[in-house]
Formats: sequence, C-alpha cells, structure tokens
Amino acid sequence: MNLQLTNQQKQERTRFREFVDQEIAPHACRFDREEKLPIELIVKIARQGYLGSFLGEEWGGRSLDTITYGLLSEEIGRACSSVRSLLTVHDMVAISVLRWGSHEQRAKWLPLLVQGKAIAAFAVTEPEAGCDLGCVKTTAVRAGGGYVLNGVKSWITFGQVADLFLVLAGLDEKLSAFLVERNRPGVSTVPISGLLGVRASMLAEVRLNDCEIPADSIIGQPGFGLASVVATALGLGRYSVAWGCVGIAQACLESCVKYTNDRKQFGKPLKEHQLIRHMISDMVVDIKAARLLCSRAGILKQLGDPCEVMETLIAKYFSSRAAMKSASDAVQIHGANGCGDRYPVQRYMRDAKIMEIIEGSNQMQQLLIADYAYQEEARNLSDGD
Amino acid sequence: MDDKAKIRSFLSGFFRTNNLTDKDDVFALGLINSLFAMQLVLNIEREFNITVEDQDLDINNFNTIDNIAAFVSRKSRK
Repeated sequence: MNLQLTNQQKQERTRFREFVDQEIAPHACRFDREEKLPIELIVKIARQGYLGSFLGEEWGGRSLDTITYGLLSEEIGRACSSVRSLLTVHDMVAISVLRWGSHEQRAKWLPLLVQGKAIAAFAVTEPEAGCDLGCVKTTAVRAGGGYVLNGVKSWITFGQVADLFLVLAGLDEKLSAFLVERNRPGVSTVPISGLLGVRASMLAEVRLNDCEIPADSIIGQPGFGLASVVATALGLGRYSVAWGCVGIAQACLESCVKYTNDRKQFGKPLKEHQLIRHMISDMVVDIKAARLLCSRAGILKQLGDPCEVMETLIAKYFSSRAAMKSASDAVQIHGANGCGDRYPVQRYMRDAKIMEIIEGSNQMQQLLIADYAYQEEARNLSDGD
Repeated sequence: MDDKAKIRSFLSGFFRTNNLTDKDDVFALGLINSLFAMQLVLNIEREFNITVEDQDLDINNFNTIDNIAAFVSRKSRK
C-alpha cells in the first residue's frame, strides 16, 4: 500500500490550503460566534468545486480520488469544522443519490448539488433515534400515487438552509429513504442554537406534517433505506469527519507551536519546558497516526475493498479521540489565553467533542471494532489460516 | 474456491461459525451489525466483479448462500 501523495495530490492540497487560509480561517471564529455561515462563502466553496467534489465530470464534479477528498476535508477541518460539516452532509446526500438513486434522480440532483444550486442535508436522526436508527418513528404512507410523510427530524446539520433533505422513514414498517425538497407543503424547520461546538452548522429540527411527495422521491428500494442508502452516506460521513479531525488536531499543533515559541514564563519560552514538549510530541504522533489510518481507509475505499467500511470506522474513532486530546492539551498549553476568544483553541476543543459523538458515537465504534476482531478470527479459522 | 465457498468464507466471519448451510437465512440468524449489508454488497462486487444496482436491492438476492450465488450468476451473464 503506497501512502505517498502523488504530485497532483500535493498540488491540490496546496490549492485547498490557500483557499482555506484566505477565505475560511480568518473568519471561522466569527462564524462560530454568529452561529451561521455566510451564503457568499457557500457560493465561493461551490465555485471552487468543493461540493460533491468526488462526483464525475458527467455531473460537473471534479472526480476527486478518495485521498484528495480526504485532504480537502482535512484542510477545511483545520480551519472550521462547521464548513467541513457542510461538505460532509451535502456529500452524504450526493453519494446516496449517486450510488442508489434512479437515473432520473441522478440527472436531476447531482448537477444541482455540485453547483451548489441545491444544498442538501441528511434528515435521519429524531428525538428518540440517534445511534439507534432502527427506532425512527417518521412514517411514509402510500397515497395518491405518491407518499405522505409525517414525523420530526432532530439535529439536522444545515437544516436551516438546505434545499433538499434525505429523509429516513418507515414504509410498511420497513425503513426507506426519500428525497424531500424544502419547498414541499408540510415541510417546516425550527433553528437549533446554543450548541457546544460546530456552532455555525445551522442545525434545525425538520418537521414533516402530512408532507406529500411524488412516487419517484423514494431512493433505493423500499426497506433498504437504512441498510443501503443511509449506510452508504454514513460511510462517507465517517471518512470526511475522520479527516476533518486530523485537521482539528493539526490546527491545535500549529497554534501551540506558535504560542510556545512566543510566550515566555520563568525566563524562557514555553517550548523549553519539558512538560509542554511532552504534549507537543503527543500531538505530533497522534496526528501522524490518524493521518495514516485515514489514508489507509481512503486507499481501501478507492479500491472498493469491503474492509474499507471497518477501516474507516477505526480511522474515525482514532482521529476523533486524537482531535479531542490535542484540543484539550492545546487549551492547557495556552492557559488562561486558551479559555478566551482571542485564540481559537477553545473552539477546536468544543468542535472536537462533537466529533466523538457524530456519525456513530465512539462507544458505538468501540462495540463494532471489537466485533471486527472476532469476525477476523472466525474468518481466518474458516479459511484454514 | 467456487462461488459458494467464497461467499461462505466471507459470511463465516460475521456469524463466527463454520456451520452455515447454503440455505440458512443469514438475516434471520441475527447477530449482525448495521454495517453488514454494506460490507456484503462491497464483498460481492469486488469478489465477482459485478455492480449491485438499485433494482438489485431485494432481500431474496442476499439472504442465503444459494440466493447470493444465483444472483451473482445472473448478474455475471448480463
């Protein structure tokens, strides 16, 4: 497995970094404070081709390979986890349409998603259905040649502004996925504010009240909404979040290296104090390890290897923990300054905590990773290894 | 290794057993996690060089070793 970046991937990373350092990083604290992203930024991101960037040229996309896609997630995550969240949820819907949508759904939605003419959100979780999506209570009933949806979706990232929702609902008591436009009668949203982290992600509760949608709104076959459509979306979501976490940890490291160079205590720069160097060295090692896990998952994903599912999950688990540890240490290193809003490290710490919860909490990941160990053992025994 | 043996090898990891018969309904056995279907589809696609499409999503294509082998055979002929 070759983990070296190609020259083209390095050039792309440089371009991502330039855009992020110019358009996102200087404003990220304001986005966090104001709890919103300016529409002009979303337009700029779309113009760069960063929405649905993995989609092929036939849809207007940039055909980014999985590693380059990861580099984009890392660079944006380094500056602002809320912007990275926009790309994540939008792309989760895009990949669902690409993988399981009908020809007509792909032709209708993918060009709009790439151009940013439609912003997509993933409307799956509910007040009583978080990790346990089998408990989804939203219903879809066949009526008038289409479907009628009823239910409430909670914690929907970019639900305040999305034009298109991927909704998981029970149809004949089997979970199915539907594409629902915001402007359908019966769709309403209520903003959610005051979050701990990713505060500019413009979350909303999405209410579906006798919402009528046409028959061609279902995506994937009835009953495969969770096992195929949502599972595919979450696979990309975990991959994007994992790389975004590498970005958070990298941002912590960069902040700490600068701060410990400049700040003096007891007559010498902070970087000369051994216990500070301990925290810096842990950050370096965690970042490199997380990036390697993400790269490995990306290569397996590019190859279509079934192991990519679990390797991505492992990468997300490790990277989110690395981000949280790095951010906590970054605040510690910055001391009182780290607790104020003149430095971004307190934002990194609040955002990192969210990463340990979304796209499957880390406790869910632990259960699945342990399962994986026993599955591997059973498979080896079966193969006579 | 024939098609059924390849499928059995993959499934045995999930079910931690060497005793799967060709007619056992793997979805009825329980003990599978939410990532199972995705990994099963990826495994079938990679192992047999086919693409599982939207219209192929039918539980009767994937629930037993016999049915998966028959599905793979049908797709391979197209």
